[in-house]
Amino acid sequence: MSAIADTLPRPLPLWLRAVLSHAILAILLVIYPLIVPDFWAFQIGGQSLFLGVISLSLMFLGGYGGMVSLAQMTVAGVAGYLIAIVGGNSLNFGLMWPWWAAVPVAIAGGTMAATLIGAISARTTGIYTIMITIAIAMAFFYLAQQNYTLFNGHSGFASILPPQVFGIDWRAPIPFYFMSLAVAVLSYAIVLYLSRSTFGIALQGIRDNARRMRALGFNVTAHRIAAYAIAGFIASLGGILLAWFNSRISPGTVDTGPIFEVLIIAVLGGMRHPVGPFLGAVIFVLLGTFAIDFIDRERFNTLIGACFLAIVLFSPDGVLGLWGRFMALIDRAGAANNMLQRPIGDEDGIQPAAIGRLIPGRK
Amino acid sequence: MRHKLLGGALPLAVAAGLLFAGSARAEDTLKIGVLATFEGPFAILGEDSLRGANMAFKEHNMMAGGKKLEIITGSSDASPESAIKAARKLVEQDKVDILIGPLSGDEGLAMRDYAKTQPQMTFINGTSAAEPTTLVDPAPNFFRFTTDGVQWMAGLGTYAYETKGYKKVVTIGEDYSYPYTQVKGFMIEFCKAGGHVVDKFWTPLGTKDYSSIVASIPEDIDAIYVALGGADAINFLTQYEQAGGTKPLIGGSITVDQSVLSAKGKRRDYLLGTPSAGPLADNWDNPKWKAFVAAYKQSDAKAFNSPTLFSHGYYIEATAMMQALDAVNGDLSDGHKKFRDALATQTVDTPTGPVHLDHNRNAIGDEFLTEIAAGEDGNLYNKVIKVIPQVNQTLGVSEEEYIKTGQPSREAPACP
Amino acid sequence: MKLFVLTFLNGLTLAGLYFLVASGFTLVFGLMRNVNLAHGSLYLLGAYIGFEVGDYTGSWFLAVVGGFLSAAVFGVLLQILVFRRMEGQELRQTMVTIGISIVAADLMLAIWTGQTYQFEPPDWLYGGTPLPFVKVYPTIRIMVLVVSVAVGVALWLFLTRTRIGMMIRAGVDDRGMLSASGVNVQRVFATTFAVGAGLAGFAGVVGGSALSIAPGEDTRYLLASLIVVIVGGMGSVPGAAIGALVIGLAEQFGLAYSPTYSVVYTFVIMVAVLAIRPQGIMGRA
Repeated sequence: MSAIADTLPRPLPLWLRAVLSHAILAILLVIYPLIVPDFWAFQIGGQSLFLGVISLSLMFLGGYGGMVSLAQMTVAGVAGYLIAIVGGNSLNFGLMWPWWAAVPVAIAGGTMAATLIGAISARTTGIYTIMITIAIAMAFFYLAQQNYTLFNGHSGFASILPPQVFGIDWRAPIPFYFMSLAVAVLSYAIVLYLSRSTFGIALQGIRDNARRMRALGFNVTAHRIAAYAIAGFIASLGGILLAWFNSRISPGTVDTGPIFEVLIIAVLGGMRHPVGPFLGAVIFVLLGTFAIDFIDRERFNTLIGACFLAIVLFSPDGVLGLWGRFMALIDRAGAANNMLQRPIGDEDGIQPAAIGRLIPGRK
Repeated sequence: MRHKLLGGALPLAVAAGLLFAGSARAEDTLKIGVLATFEGPFAILGEDSLRGANMAFKEHNMMAGGKKLEIITGSSDASPESAIKAARKLVEQDKVDILIGPLSGDEGLAMRDYAKTQPQMTFINGTSAAEPTTLVDPAPNFFRFTTDGVQWMAGLGTYAYETKGYKKVVTIGEDYSYPYTQVKGFMIEFCKAGGHVVDKFWTPLGTKDYSSIVASIPEDIDAIYVALGGADAINFLTQYEQAGGTKPLIGGSITVDQSVLSAKGKRRDYLLGTPSAGPLADNWDNPKWKAFVAAYKQSDAKAFNSPTLFSHGYYIEATAMMQALDAVNGDLSDGHKKFRDALATQTVDTPTGPVHLDHNRNAIGDEFLTEIAAGEDGNLYNKVIKVIPQVNQTLGVSEEEYIKTGQPSREAPACP
Repeated sequence: MKLFVLTFLNGLTLAGLYFLVASGFTLVFGLMRNVNLAHGSLYLLGAYIGFEVGDYTGSWFLAVVGGFLSAAVFGVLLQILVFRRMEGQELRQTMVTIGISIVAADLMLAIWTGQTYQFEPPDWLYGGTPLPFVKVYPTIRIMVLVVSVAVGVALWLFLTRTRIGMMIRAGVDDRGMLSASGVNVQRVFATTFAVGAGLAGFAGVVGGSALSIAPGEDTRYLLASLIVVIVGGMGSVPGAAIGALVIGLAEQFGLAYSPTYSVVYTFVIMVAVLAIRPQGIMGRA
């Protein structure tokens, strides 16, 4: 028995495993668009990536800050509207600035909107945050729908196109995919870095016990508003890609449906690790695109709602949590074979599913 | 690591299955995409439009130009974004040869823009009826065999002014592009005849309680032109009646159609005599129309009392497509050139009269001036007053002159 | 002047409807701290089932009863099958109700299609009643106002004069203490949920008679309830009444005097209240 165990490869150290798995993931993500048809690169790949980015902003707020904001699509929408108004559209309305001026304006505007939303809702927690952010999101929806001087009302703007830079048409499927991938990697890195920074640790402390953190001298409200601003920056990046992807923006982009979709994606994937929202987005996009081929076409919402319900009821950590549990099971089985006991599910920082709580917060 | 790769294999296999599912194709088959709203509040209309398209396909035994037709449906929720996503899937993943759709106005505008990026494909409208889709910057491969929201109003303004004797009216509509279009269609004739539209009330989408709008309607008018649809129309009409309103009404094309007339609840007798106009009329005395209605009622147990605008529209578009395919023997090998020529030059004999296209590929067809009447079975229906033959997109005036009236909006046109 | 009085009346009657929906929402929250984002679905479901009952029996009053009872039953089921299983996990409860409302909306669309439904109230309710200043006013709207005031008074009596009402109030103040003093808390919870959900279904039939019922009304009344209770103060029934008045009046005056932005005003009011008094007008800090 021991002779066999010696011939088996020894488990790799954790850091090496993390580096290796990220490297394999990176290679897969880079090769993917080159081997699939354009539709898969653009509509499945690109869309999953930027929806993942927008949901990642919610994961950052909810997972680390304990603030589930339903206004993240609204922030993305603000950035999308700004890129249309500042950067040009089919109506020739607005400023028609070049992309290198329009993009920063859109990001800054989205971030400012997010900061404002944060300032309004930072004094609330938990369910209050959900309700207030829904209301803010709907206020923006109605404003955009009714205003023609700035938002062009119900029709919104069309022909919002990414620029041609370095002689590349960034709307073409593969360039768009890589642009989305770059934004996704950047956002992922920001969130991962922040989660381990002093700020991120303080934020998680506030999530777990705001009163204690206040007693320790932390400015709880300021931390929360800062978190909204950072999440707003990320959502704005996603929002610009969203507007470029659809090549249009209208109040429908920030209506109740899309607002809840961001939450569904984040919860579906899992709110404990920044990779969760991307996983959720892939599942969501695949379901949304192909459900019509497999089930009665009108019942897509039942399907996606049922998936969401099942995840919330049975795997509060989302698909990521399921994965963690699955890995834990296999590891345990493997451990029984080669007599090596490993910490369960402690890979890439993915925690084993904590039963009972979706987001660590109040008990 | 080993487990990771193992676990990754399953989703990959599924994805690969999806990837290549769309690519198999037989030589003698044509793939036709039908895009309509099967989700959201318009789902019932989307179902009816598919009913219409399927009637046409069945009439042709699922064959056109000697080739078998394979129908693939795509679903939107009436937002332009979802329509384009569904269209992209049909075109780029399912590889359809021809796409029929979409259903609503803003979707149509988005489809025009999408059509320009897919020059190898031919797009045929569903029932979307926004005016600029074909009038402003049209796509060379987008064809519309149904008339638009302005054309639908042909004859109504003149009738309201001259026959009904209404001189001053107010209009009420939801605050978005489709009601703007309808109000424009009504006002072009009504203003030209000498009438005045003293005020326009635009209610935000989602308004359900119209009581304060009803209270704001001035006393010194002759009639109210209503361009609301579905639940909005029902709410407004009931509230106006309950508030003691007595002014006669004039209806937009979807304000008094079957989806409102056959809604559940009290019979809406106060609507009797309300004039309206549109591309079809429930009781038109024409053998082809009657056969169409009979076939429609038989097609599906869930069908309405009479075909709606949507089943009618998709039926016409699908028929037009198959007629052109027959003319070129299903030959699309020259990048659809012959097929498009056939589409552009043919005349389609529809249940509501002949239709052909203008140089922008927009339909020229008959419109119906109607009034609401009660049938023997107690149901309300639209009775034909007059058929306005061969209405074109600019209502008879030259295109340059027509474009000067401006795109329909909250303000334009105006004759206070 | 006539327009002003009419608009005021319209705002008042709309507030009545909003109060009916929001009172159930706030009652449930006050006691159990759970935000039921499927409250709008209960409104719509009660209305649809009420319509079926009314259609079958030909009686509008039975439709009202049907709407109340069906929603109450679903409410109790929600409490037993969902909320009881995840007590104290507010966020998870909220997520579950979001999921339920998405599925429910789609299933209701499948069953009752996208058609518009309007109840047939008795003839004496249809039509207008002569009133000073405005000549006639729709009788059904007067009825909505009367019913909502009656429900408000009944709720107040129920909460202050009955044994179970006292338990509910005790539960709002200190749930642990109530449980420790030997009261079957679960029964109190179920009762509250039944009343709260039933009120939503009841409001569905009333709203479907004064206005109409169609897909999307669930979200509309959910949003209205949210704003009303945020403005009025979460968990307070008098707060719901005040919130409903503010929102109802704002909406109607907006519609009469500047229709373009009428919907935006209600949200502006909400944000303003939150900025000054985050817990709402009658809410406890």
